[in-house]
Amino acid sequence: MAAITMLEGIRQALFEEMDRDPAVVTLGEDIGVYGGAFKVSEGLLARFGPERVIDTPISETAIVGAACGMSYLGLRPVAEMQFIDFIACCFNQVTNFVAKSHYRWGAPVPMVLRGPSGGGVHGGPFHSANPEMYFVHTPGLKVIYPSTVYDAKGLLKSAIRDNNPVLFFEHKFLYRRVKEEIPAGDFTVPIGKAAVRREGRDMTILSYAAMAHTALEAAERLAKEGIDAEVIDLRTLLPLDRETILSSLKKTNKLLIVHEDTRTGGIAGEIAAIVCEGAFEDLDGPIMRVTAPDTPVPYSPPLEERFLPNAEKVVAAARELAKY
Amino acid sequence: MEVVMPQMGESIFEGTITKWLKKPGDKIDRDEPLFEISTDKVDAEIPSPAAGVLKEVKVNEGQTVPVQTVVAVIEVDGAGAQAASPAPAKPQAAQQPPVAAQPPAAGQRKPEPAKPATIPAPPIPAASKAPAPPAAAASTEKIRSSPLVKRMAREHNIDLSQVPGTGAGGRVSKNDILQAIEGGGAEGAEAGEAPSAPIPFRAPAAPPPPPPPATGGAAMAALETAVPREKMYFGHYEVQPMSVMRQRIAEHMVLSKRVSPHVYSVDEVDVTGIAAVRAKNKEKFEQTAGTKLTFMPFFVRAAVEGLRAYPTVNASVDGTNVVLHKECNIGIAVALDWGLIVPVVKNAEEKNFLGIARTINDLAERARAKKLKPDEVAESTFSITNPGVFGGLFGLPVINQPNVAILGVGAIEKRPVVIDDAIAIRSMVYLTLSYDHRVVDGAAAHQFMGKVKHTLENWTEAIL
Repeated sequence: MAAITMLEGIRQALFEEMDRDPAVVTLGEDIGVYGGAFKVSEGLLARFGPERVIDTPISETAIVGAACGMSYLGLRPVAEMQFIDFIACCFNQVTNFVAKSHYRWGAPVPMVLRGPSGGGVHGGPFHSANPEMYFVHTPGLKVIYPSTVYDAKGLLKSAIRDNNPVLFFEHKFLYRRVKEEIPAGDFTVPIGKAAVRREGRDMTILSYAAMAHTALEAAERLAKEGIDAEVIDLRTLLPLDRETILSSLKKTNKLLIVHEDTRTGGIAGEIAAIVCEGAFEDLDGPIMRVTAPDTPVPYSPPLEERFLPNAEKVVAAARELAKY
Repeated sequence: MEVVMPQMGESIFEGTITKWLKKPGDKIDRDEPLFEISTDKVDAEIPSPAAGVLKEVKVNEGQTVPVQTVVAVIEVDGAGAQAASPAPAKPQAAQQPPVAAQPPAAGQRKPEPAKPATIPAPPIPAASKAPAPPAAAASTEKIRSSPLVKRMAREHNIDLSQVPGTGAGGRVSKNDILQAIEGGGAEGAEAGEAPSAPIPFRAPAAPPPPPPPATGGAAMAALETAVPREKMYFGHYEVQPMSVMRQRIAEHMVLSKRVSPHVYSVDEVDVTGIAAVRAKNKEKFEQTAGTKLTFMPFFVRAAVEGLRAYPTVNASVDGTNVVLHKECNIGIAVALDWGLIVPVVKNAEEKNFLGIARTINDLAERARAKKLKPDEVAESTFSITNPGVFGGLFGLPVINQPNVAILGVGAIEKRPVVIDDAIAIRSMVYLTLSYDHRVVDGAAAHQFMGKVKHTLENWTEAIL
């Protein structure tokens, strides 16, 4: 079987889930006739028709509000943000209605809100955001941010089948850059489970999305210097897989967290707290982090390059950590 | 990257490292304070020239080295891949003097103490090294490790002070303690039996130190002792080496008294007027100008008036030449917890009252924060000291060379004063002028003081 891109994996998940379950509908800006800004939904309209593949007006609030209402009435909507940055427009819908509905009214909202996220493609401050932490802080949501084709497809299927709202972040830098052969037929990846991408003894490097690849690249370089790093891909940010994090730390005793999100309030801080609470006496060094600085994503390519974490920065931090 | 002793001003040729603010192995950011130095002119914090990790300290605290001498090595971020591999890390750690936890450390002492001998005039007496051992012992009181290592030590009943640390900054790492555990309970047991043998630095405190030897050296000639040294050491005592600043002050005072024949004159000034101006404007001044309103700028302004009228007081002496300064650069003595420094209000003759007030407050603040630049303590043409703040009725200050006069401001207090055959309560202050009689005669000095007094007693200048 030929290797496919992450973009194709996501499209397959949408096709297969819509095929499998007539309650699954998609909606978003230009997802129908145009096939989506990144062509994720290309072919959906022809196959499933305009009642299940809905081109919406340019109103993110309306998209999420409609999806929320659809799910009350028994549908399983998959709503797209053309760029995930625009999710800020429907923050109220997501955090006050979608997230609280099940708690407040006993009305589950089985919807998925997905969209292209992240930087590295010179998209500038309005088309490169990583807004996951706003929602990781919101009880009632699940937040997924995969790094591989297999995970993207398997996790999106799990998300669509989940009876509660799931935010599904798709790193646009990875859309066409990662390719993978994946098994034919139906498979899912469980929400809330991290994956150990590389086993190691000397330290654990935790990451997710595009940075999971950066962490792996750094680990290979570090191996040549005699530093054996374990690399863990979180895959799901909410709920976090504490078990995998803590068991890896108990083995390696050192932790480096890498994320593309900005530093303050990033997931690294939460993980550091989890580790201090659950494994303080297993720490043999400070919990270190490599993140983007606290600024919007710059538009200028050299500035963006400086802004984003890369393997070099991870290697440098890992060397420091190894010295402890 | 090599870090060098900076040249803190044109006439500075050497500096003393008074304190390292980072230890080997510590991370440091660019421009983060790395060490403190003391030179002839100032004490200053020296920022790191680069971000990275402090790899090696080459000059110990208390040592004096010529400018441009390499004092430390920083491993710049991202550089030096090979240094991170575990193998070379060990010898590095063994070289770090503060990590005395390793028994072999004593044998590997670097030949640093020999270095000062190559410097023409070491201003630090050899004796100042004496207190070092207790300090080193104190630094090892706290063994650097990690929560994991502490737990393992507890579980395996290991005394961490017996485990050589190879981690950053001499830290006992997981690998170190694993080796100690594998190296057998034997090592632990042995250490338990004879704990004193491998750790000589824990020996009981030595008896009171012997009197320090005389310092010698041309630069220290000024600090000769007045009586035979053995006559100073009796009863109970403690010997404290002078800080570099203290040595400089001592030298400077002896020198000034030897070079300049001091004459003193005292004046009594009625400052009721400026006290009222100050009281009336204090709050408004602080609000508008954003700086405190003290008495000092009044005295500086008055001194400038005096200096402009009588330029021989604003001078220096070069052999048989008198250098008459065109600028009025007023040195202000600032008392510090650790000594005294005289930052300079440059071109006070060009500044208005507010400018002077602001400059004084800024200089004093930065003097206390050790943030003065060398040129801010240089090129004074006249100085003012203020013994009054500590309650002194008046003082007879020593001239701050190369000035020829210094004004002392006593305590301002209310006193009964006779005015027009009536007794009034007035705010009074004694002003003293110490002046160099080689160039300033009594007449000029008193005329100068008259001008100062007149300016203060008839204050007209707007202060805002």
